[in-house]
Amino acid sequence: MGSYNWNWPILLKEPYFGWIVSGFGKTILIAVFAWAIAFPLGSAIGIARTADNRALRLAGTVYVDIFRNIPLLVQMFLWYFVVPELLPADWGRWVKRDMPYPQFITAVACLGLYTASRVGEQVRSGIEAIPRGQRDAGLAMGLTPTQVYRYVLIPVAYRTIIPPLTSDFLGVFKNSSLALTIGVLELTSQARQIEEYTFAAFEAFTVATVLYCLVTGLVIVIMRIVESRTRIAGTIAVGAQ
Amino acid sequence: MKRILGTVVAVTVLAALSGAATAQDGLVMKRIAETKTITIGHRDASVPLSYLGPDGKAQGYSIDICLKIADAAKEELKLDKIEVKFVPLTPQTRIPLLTAGTVDIICESSTHTLGRLRQISFLNTTFLTGSKLLVRKTSGIKKIEDMTDKVLVAVLGTTNEKAAQVEIDTKKIKIKGEIVKVKDHSQAMLNLEQERADAYVSDDVVLYGLKSASKNPDEWEVVGPYFSYDPYGMMIPRNNDDFRLLGNKTITRLIQSGEMEAIYKKWFEPGPTKINYPLSDRLKENFQLIALPD
Repeated sequence: MGSYNWNWPILLKEPYFGWIVSGFGKTILIAVFAWAIAFPLGSAIGIARTADNRALRLAGTVYVDIFRNIPLLVQMFLWYFVVPELLPADWGRWVKRDMPYPQFITAVACLGLYTASRVGEQVRSGIEAIPRGQRDAGLAMGLTPTQVYRYVLIPVAYRTIIPPLTSDFLGVFKNSSLALTIGVLELTSQARQIEEYTFAAFEAFTVATVLYCLVTGLVIVIMRIVESRTRIAGTIAVGAQ
Repeated sequence: MKRILGTVVAVTVLAALSGAATAQDGLVMKRIAETKTITIGHRDASVPLSYLGPDGKAQGYSIDICLKIADAAKEELKLDKIEVKFVPLTPQTRIPLLTAGTVDIICESSTHTLGRLRQISFLNTTFLTGSKLLVRKTSGIKKIEDMTDKVLVAVLGTTNEKAAQVEIDTKKIKIKGEIVKVKDHSQAMLNLEQERADAYVSDDVVLYGLKSASKNPDEWEVVGPYFSYDPYGMMIPRNNDDFRLLGNKTITRLIQSGEMEAIYKKWFEPGPTKINYPLSDRLKENFQLIALPD
């Protein structure tokens, strides 16, 4: 790198500064929307995997196995290039030509569905960490299974799994960079674009790194606050320090 | 938060240190002499300049020229043998890999631009082309002005993407959305084949290459007048005058001996992919111009 010419000020010039801002914005939007899919869907899957109903359990297991075992990059390609071909011709055509922001929406859906499988596993382990006796006691008191989940299992389980859920939430931000492979101009691809226009590769990627660290750092801080606010005295939900 | 800041600082310091370490690696010729190896950067689908053949090995017009340069390096440095290593790269990775010293020379379809000369250096121009569009014959698109409400795809970070953007801006062409930016030629082609995009902007030779290598070449058409000038050259790291001299000398010798035209014929007339892209008068003149006297 002896021959490398450093050029930091270029990053503050337009349009490069604007590209970084827009890329950072897209990264955050992808992550937040994907999480908005992953959290509720993952919760449903996690609960299904602990349900007494065998069909529900099986459905949850199949989902987790499929989405957790295929590399995310491959999933991006499948959703973007393969799935539209499998749809009925009219729908496929709509997805390919008329759906607004096709790359962005595909990336959000793909990342959301993938992360849901991970969230589902966290929720399942959170529920399974609660002694079986609590569920039995709830049922013995005359609560319906739904009420057992609503008032006994879920309030404790979610508090237990805040630390691993934090990791998955961070994962969404980092994995959003794979959206560039289907053409979303998020932070990493904007860094690449700046590199190609200005040849300031190391500067652009350093800024991208710092921004990723800032946003994930912020997530960690927020999740710590959530964790300490929701802690129940005497439970195992102490969390990683 | 403090811990995170600490990590950021540590990463930055590490990056700076590793930079300092590679700086001592020295110049390309020294590296070739010490390791008896020359590392060539190539592309996967720049047909027929630099692409992977049926056997999975890098081949093409630019690769052949670089193999001659490798031979010349062996002779110049009086080595008993020289090993040629191939590293696949993309438009996004090529300049960092070259400045970091991972590859010694990049042999593909890179346009010689003033901007790029800030970071790297080029050998003399060995190919001339420019931006055109690859479209479906049935699309009715004949030039970039016909792209109103149509989807245009480009490879991120190419000179063609920039040239197309300039055309669109200056001629106020209202394409659908923004230019879709993809990673490489194959993905751009996939976008076209699946009708996600209506036109792919790239250098015309690359487009003819993709057309010739596609499942159904008759379905496609390369259209439009050139809207950019793209002279290709091999990329080498900056401040390597001895290596650049060796490269340019090799190219001159190839031209003088007629081997250059033979290499051209082998790949383009009609070439293994039936591209049929005859040697233009312009390129012939260019060969005469860069064949400097001893």
